[in-house]
Amino acid sequence: MTKTGYYGNWGGAFIPEVLYETFRELNTAFEQAKKEPAFWQEYTDLMSTYSCRPTPLTHAENLSRHFGGAQIYIKREDLNHTGAHKANNVMGQGLLVKRMGKKRVIAETGAGQHGVATATMAAKFGFDCTIYMGEEDVMRQRPNVFWMEKLGATVVPVTSGSKTLKDAINEAFRDWVTDMDDTHYVMGTVCGPHPFPEMVAWFQSIIGMEARKQILSQFGSLPSRVFACVGGGSNAMGVFQGFLDDADVELVGVEAGGKGLESGQHASRLAGKDGSAGVAQGYKTMFLQDGDGQMCDTHSVAAGLDYVGVSPILTDLWEKRRVRFAAATDSEVMDALELTMKKEGIIPALESTHAFVQAFKEAGQLNEKQAILINMSGRGDKDIFTIANAFDDPSWKEFIIGKGAEYAA
Amino acid sequence: MQLEEYIKKTRADKNILLMTHIVLGYTSLEVNREVIRQMVENGVDLIEMQIPFSEPMADGPVIVKANQEAIETGTKVRQCFDFAAEMTAAHDIPFLFMTYYNILYQYGVEQFFKDSKKIGIKGFIIPDLPPEEGEEFFRLSREYGIDPIMIYAPTSTEERMKYLAGYGSGFIYCVARKGVTGKQTDFDKDFGSYMKRCRNSTTMPLAVGFGISSREDVETLVGIADIAVIGTKTIKVVEEEGIDAVGSFISSLR
Repeated sequence: MTKTGYYGNWGGAFIPEVLYETFRELNTAFEQAKKEPAFWQEYTDLMSTYSCRPTPLTHAENLSRHFGGAQIYIKREDLNHTGAHKANNVMGQGLLVKRMGKKRVIAETGAGQHGVATATMAAKFGFDCTIYMGEEDVMRQRPNVFWMEKLGATVVPVTSGSKTLKDAINEAFRDWVTDMDDTHYVMGTVCGPHPFPEMVAWFQSIIGMEARKQILSQFGSLPSRVFACVGGGSNAMGVFQGFLDDADVELVGVEAGGKGLESGQHASRLAGKDGSAGVAQGYKTMFLQDGDGQMCDTHSVAAGLDYVGVSPILTDLWEKRRVRFAAATDSEVMDALELTMKKEGIIPALESTHAFVQAFKEAGQLNEKQAILINMSGRGDKDIFTIANAFDDPSWKEFIIGKGAEYAA
Repeated sequence: MQLEEYIKKTRADKNILLMTHIVLGYTSLEVNREVIRQMVENGVDLIEMQIPFSEPMADGPVIVKANQEAIETGTKVRQCFDFAAEMTAAHDIPFLFMTYYNILYQYGVEQFFKDSKKIGIKGFIIPDLPPEEGEEFFRLSREYGIDPIMIYAPTSTEERMKYLAGYGSGFIYCVARKGVTGKQTDFDKDFGSYMKRCRNSTTMPLAVGFGISSREDVETLVGIADIAVIGTKTIKVVEEEGIDAVGSFISSLR
C-alpha cells in the first residue's frame, strides 16, 4: 500500500464526515485484531465448528478427462454453512463486532447470500439485524428473503436508483450515518472505503491458505492457473492470496459477460473496454459509468456479479498484470453448469459457474501433468428458482403453476 | 476569502442568513430558473446548486429521488454549467456547487475548477471528499480562489473540527444531526453543546443544515449560527404546492 487504504492508485476512504469517528474506531479494532494470533485462532476455531472449514479440494476427474488437458481441482466453498464463501467474512466481522461491543448489524445484499449469511451470524451472536436489498432483487430472490426473515432479520426493500446491489449499499450507508453508535455495517465484499477491502480480504484469505496446502498435498505441486469469478471480488481475493507470491501460478478473474461484452448488457469492469476510473460508494476503482460519472445499469444472470464496481485490490493487481481478467456470458454459464452437474454431480452457483466457463476454455491448452484450480464460491441448489428459470425448465414451471393454484384456492 | 467577507458584510443587516439548496434538472432547468428567481426576490442570501449524481450517499429520500429523476430526464453536467452561468449573471448573490466527487473526477478536477471560476461560482460542497482524499482538490481551491466548504458533524471531535477548518474557507457547513438530509431535527441540549464545539473550533461563519424547515427552526438558530440552510423543504414545497408557493415560503422563514 502506498498511502493508507490504497492499492497502487486504487481504494481510499471517500466517506462523509459524520462517519469519520466510526471508521477510526473500526480501523483501530481491526488493526488490533490483526496483531493478535488469538483472534485468528478464535476465527478458525469458529469456522471449523460452526461452518465446514477446511472445505475440501475435489479432483474433478471426469471433467479433466472430458477436456483432455490439465487436472481440474475444485475448491469447495459451497460446503460452507449457508452455502457460500460469504460465511467466512461474515463470521469474522461478527467476532469483530463482539469486540467493539456493538449490538446491531446491517448489510447490503444482491442475490441474498450475504444477507442470509449475515442474518445467520446475527442470530448466533444475538445481534439485531437489518438487511438492505434492492426491490428488484427481493422479487428475484424470494427464498433468500424468506430465510433472512425466519432467521430474525428485518429485510428492507430498496426502491431508489436501479433497485439493485449498488442501491442497497447506498441505503446501508444511509442507515449507518443515522445510527453508527451501536451499529456495524457488515460490508459483504472487498469493496467500499478502507478498511473494508483489506478486512474482507483478510477473512477470505483462509480459502487460499487451505487451497495451497491442499493442492500441494493432493497433486504434489502448485496449479498452473487459478480461476475465480469476480463480482465485488471477495472469493477471488480469498483464493488468489494463497498464490500471489507464486509467480508461476497464473491468476484469472472471470467477470459477468451477460449478453456479451459488445451488448452493453454485462458487468465486466476490467475484462471489457467499458470500465473507467471513478469514485463512488466510498472508494476509487474501475466503474461502469457514463462520461458524466453517472453509474450504469449492469446485467448478469448471476445477481451476485451484477455490480458496477470491483475491488480496488483486484484493480491494482489487474493494472500490474498479476491477475488476468476474462468474461463469461450468460449462455456459456448455463452450458458449463449443465456439464458440471452431469459429469461431477456438483451444482455450482451461477456466480461460481463463471469461473468454470473460463477454466473449461483453457483446460485443453495444458497437459495432464499440470493442474488448474477453480474456486467454487457457492452452491447452486439453493438458487433453484433462478436456475430452473434460466434453464426454462417446463416441468418446474408446471410445478410452480400448480403450487400457485393451490395457494390461490 | 470572498464568501466569508460577503457573509460578514451581509450579517451586519440581518440576524441570520438563508442559504437554499436546489437539485439542478429537477424537475427541470426551467423550474429551477423560476424557483431561484423567487428565492432571490424573497431575500435568500446564498444558493447551493446540486449537480445530480446517481449515488448520492449522504442524501435522504426526497433529494435522492430528485437526483435520480434529474438524471433520468437527461440532465448533463455540461448543461448544469450553462445554467449556472446564466444564474450567476442574472442574480447578485453567491452561488455554490454541491455535488459528489465523482462528478468532478470525470469532468477533470482542474477543468471543473477552471470552468466554475469562469462562470463565477463561489464555493464547492463535496460531502464525500474528506481532506485525507482531497490533496489535489484543496490545492486547486486555493489556486482558483473557490471556497471549499468543510462539513462538521455532531460526531466530530473539537480536535477534528480544528483540523477540518484548516482546509476550508468561506464558512463551515454544520450538519445538525446524524443521518441523511430531509428528516426533522431536534434542537436539544446535545445540539447546543455541539454548536458550542463548532464555534470554539473556527472563526469562520457557521451554516446549519439538515432538517431546517420552518420559521421556528430558523429562529432557534439566530445567535447560534450565521446561516440557516433550507434543503429538502423547498423541494417538498414545490412538489406539494407548486412553483408559485416558493416565494411566500421563503419570506415566511424570517
